[in-house]
Amino acid sequence: MSPILKITLSRLAMGIVTLLIVSVLIFSAIELLPGDIATETLGQSATEETIAAFRERFNLNGPVHMRYIEWLVNAVQGDFGVSLSNQRPISELIAQRAGNTFFLAAYAALIAVPIAIVLGMLAALYRNSVFDKTISGATLAAISFPEFFVAYILVLLFSVTFGWFPSLASVDAGTGFVERLYRTFLPALTLTLIVVAHMMRMTRAAIINLLALPYVEMAHLKGMKRWRVIAIHALPNAIAPIINVVALNLAYLVVGVVLVEVVFVYPGLGQLLVDAVSNRDVPIVQAACLIFAATYILLNMAADILSIIANPRLLHPR
Amino acid sequence: MTDTSDLLLDIRDLVIEGRSGGTWQPIVKGIDLSLKRGEILGLIGESGAGKSTLGLAAMGYTKSGCRIAGGSIKLAGEELVGAPAETLRHLRGKRVAYVAQSAAAAFNPAYRLIRQYSEAPVRHGVMSRQEAERDAVQLYREMQLPNPEEIGFRYPHQVSGGQLQRAMTAMAMACRPDLIIFDEPTTALDVTTQIEVLAAIRKVVREHHTAAIYITHDLAVVAQMADRIKVLLKGDEIEEAETRQMLAHPREDYTKSLWAVREFRRAPRTPDDTGKPILTLQDVDASYGTLQVLDGINLSVDRGQTMAVVGESGSGKSTLARVIMGLLPPDKGSVSLDGKTLSPLNRHRDKGVQRRVQMIHQMADTALNPKHRIREVLGRPLEFFLGMKGAAKEARIRELLTMIELDPDTFIDRLPSELSGGQKQRVCIARALAAEPDFVICDEVTSALDQIVAEGILRLLDRLQREMGLTYLFITHDLATVRSIADWVVVMQKGQIVEQGAKDQVFQPPHHPYTELLLSSVPEMDPDWLDGVLNDRRAAG
Repeated sequence: MSPILKITLSRLAMGIVTLLIVSVLIFSAIELLPGDIATETLGQSATEETIAAFRERFNLNGPVHMRYIEWLVNAVQGDFGVSLSNQRPISELIAQRAGNTFFLAAYAALIAVPIAIVLGMLAALYRNSVFDKTISGATLAAISFPEFFVAYILVLLFSVTFGWFPSLASVDAGTGFVERLYRTFLPALTLTLIVVAHMMRMTRAAIINLLALPYVEMAHLKGMKRWRVIAIHALPNAIAPIINVVALNLAYLVVGVVLVEVVFVYPGLGQLLVDAVSNRDVPIVQAACLIFAATYILLNMAADILSIIANPRLLHPR
Repeated sequence: MTDTSDLLLDIRDLVIEGRSGGTWQPIVKGIDLSLKRGEILGLIGESGAGKSTLGLAAMGYTKSGCRIAGGSIKLAGEELVGAPAETLRHLRGKRVAYVAQSAAAAFNPAYRLIRQYSEAPVRHGVMSRQEAERDAVQLYREMQLPNPEEIGFRYPHQVSGGQLQRAMTAMAMACRPDLIIFDEPTTALDVTTQIEVLAAIRKVVREHHTAAIYITHDLAVVAQMADRIKVLLKGDEIEEAETRQMLAHPREDYTKSLWAVREFRRAPRTPDDTGKPILTLQDVDASYGTLQVLDGINLSVDRGQTMAVVGESGSGKSTLARVIMGLLPPDKGSVSLDGKTLSPLNRHRDKGVQRRVQMIHQMADTALNPKHRIREVLGRPLEFFLGMKGAAKEARIRELLTMIELDPDTFIDRLPSELSGGQKQRVCIARALAAEPDFVICDEVTSALDQIVAEGILRLLDRLQREMGLTYLFITHDLATVRSIADWVVVMQKGQIVEQGAKDQVFQPPHHPYTELLLSSVPEMDPDWLDGVLNDRRAAG
């Protein structure tokens, strides 16, 4: 078996095990919440019978491990149960919300990742120049503000003052693709500002780390242009640490968007999660957490595998 | 050849400065250098002599933190000092090319060899990619690389060190430059590999009538390669002469001292009267994972003697040291000290055994904790092994420093970064001695040092052995070192001992074929040596 395939399979297996452990944690954490879901949901005035019926309907009786297994088996098949508050199937509720969240994350990533890497390369090329310091300062400033603050500043500028973009990112299933891009531009820009600094600085550092190496000097001594030395000779060898930071930030784009979604009233998973928590709609909370966890694990696993593949020693064994 | 139009490189009164501690210090102090087309100039000197700096200056290049502070560098009449960066860039790789010391580090690990070969010709607009790749195969063949048709499609890590070094010379030839700078191209190679690389480099440079600056600290190597030799010391020129004249009649004392280094011979030791060996290895096999590195090793070292272990890299020399130290448990066999079998793992050995067996490493740089001052470096083993404290410890540290010929007042509070390479190695020796050992493993302790510094270390080790009755296991790939200091020689190849015996016996014919190969590959000062060996080998088949 090729070493790459072996590594990929072992990482995949590890990912699945991690996800299982996380699912146990999610399930038990919610079990441990104080108070009784049935009485909380139905209110103090509910009769014994209605509470019993509620418990029966939402499968709240029976030993914990049996309920966990049942929940997991269903979840694997895409069935997360029904919402406690409006009785609709959760998979339906979540599908659209998750779609929106992933759309926004992908949108922000497509802007942020190329910008971060190109800026990182430029900063490495002109290191310690005014340009480098300006870029580092600006991106650090952007990451230092709380995200809702950045969001409101952007709204103030682009919606209130110039009126170029809507301040509410209201989309639904019927919104066309271009229209969707336009309406979600401000949240995507907010997220971009938040994630660029981290990736850009890692790109810069990873490249600068390599610049003193003999093969980079060799490229200079072969008369290659400085930009080519950075882009062709240094970047491919710096890719592993960059991939890892990119993956971490992509995961953040999916998992960490709650505040931004709230500010722009964007119908994503984060909003759904916030609502579900305040309504004690436990099955939704479980489902959303599971999706977030899976995203994290999947992206980190992909980063691991990619950075291993990026090593020619493994890709082309002796 | 006296025609001035033949003059390719003309450096006049060149001054290069390097930044250190906030001020500019001269590295090259007003050197003149001229080179005709097709001529090979050897630059020799210790590290810090400014050889590489001068070589790179011929490309109009300085390392970062250095600057050209004065003088002129003319390549075929064109001034390089103060020339625009673009002009210099067009010249590098095209008209002047560079071959670095470590080919493994100088090839980009991410690309196939042939892609790196064709980069310069394609980017400088000399050839199309297809032409360059055809040309590469041709040059690979001239460089006597195996499978010239397909070797270019490998990645650097898939090719051996000697082959990589030849591939890099081919890469330097890609644009058929007027001048190639060879910066210690064979220093990192085994003697047996070095000879092939030297032969290939010389052949291709001569056939293409390329001028070259050949930088090395090995006189015997430069004697084979250069038409003229220039000797540098601390940024100054000592002397320059035709190779044969320089070898026969060096004028300056410094040059003569360089020549004399190779003549150090210590007096043989008489084995001690007990007749019992101090250390014995019996049928030792060892492996890393599934790869067997040691195969049936049997040896015994007599007390007070020096046993030299020689062989190419990969022959298992260092693994042998790791097994003795208890860092790698053997698969089979045993190690015993004074007839007592040692536990295979160091951490299971008692303190007395750990104290008695010490090791000195090749890279003194990485063997010293950069944050520890010399007092702490030497104090730790005194405390740990001998329980010394306070004034007694301090006095012993000073005594150790005196023993390694470093002034205690000057050095006791220094950090490793404030020492030269040779001084660091001396501190490592003192650290091993602090434990008051009986048996010391020296793993390539002089390989990273210049010949003059290395000789000083050998003399020190010899004196210490005499005074303290130490036993050395001296691992090296340098047969000149073996000649200087060994009593007993063990020759290793592919994890096995192919020959062992008293030094005189091993160095006298008849040899084992592998010993013969090793011995005949050690460059000699005779400029005709390389031709002679190549002829002999061709004749032998």
